[in-house]
Amino acid sequence: MFRLSETPVAPATLARELAHSGAGACATFEGWVRDHNAGRAVLRLGYQAYAPLALSEGERILKEVREKFAIIDARCVHRVGTLEIGELAVWVGVSAGHRHAAFDACRYIIDEIKKRVPIWKNEHYADGESGWLHPDNTPISSGDRLV
Amino acid sequence: MNYRVLYFASLGDRAGMDAEQVNSLSLDARGLYSELRARHGFTLGEERLRVAVNGAFVAWEQRLHDGDEVVFLPPVSGG
Repeated sequence: MFRLSETPVAPATLARELAHSGAGACATFEGWVRDHNAGRAVLRLGYQAYAPLALSEGERILKEVREKFAIIDARCVHRVGTLEIGELAVWVGVSAGHRHAAFDACRYIIDEIKKRVPIWKNEHYADGESGWLHPDNTPISSGDRLV
Repeated sequence: MNYRVLYFASLGDRAGMDAEQVNSLSLDARGLYSELRARHGFTLGEERLRVAVNGAFVAWEQRLHDGDEVVFLPPVSGG
């Protein structure tokens, strides 16, 4: 399950949704809003998503991770809208029989989200400026899947 | 042809809007972006963008149809 949320999310509640009698491990990742980036003081962030495609691409990543790793369940929630410093921006959770698969799958999910899911971050700086981050300076080939 | 074009992130800022109806003679995504890039002064070249039609990634050569929703996606920065 990949979700976008306009309201704060509760990690403990989300992690419980992964519970399974065969699970011996649960790995989670939380992305938080940081007060600086590239040497500039950041006051808050705005996240924007192209929701239909973000949801389908997010689900595609979760399907891939089930095929690649021996896991039981995987979930992710990404915030959209305005977030303050310290807020949770993205949560990823994976349950598995053993820890290696849980760690590896969790990392795969967050790495792929950052590469492929149409969500953008607007940084609002202390000096009053703001800017959308488009960090990938490498060419993106036409229509090819970035996998 | 009439298309509905959505703009996100820096493209939205540059265009000064989130979406517009575009009446165009362009029949594929590449032609449509070229036309809109000239109109709005987008600085991102197509080599840095991906394109989606009706909610799915497509190739730049994708043939467009009347009423399609077209989105040019700048490099993403979620997480």
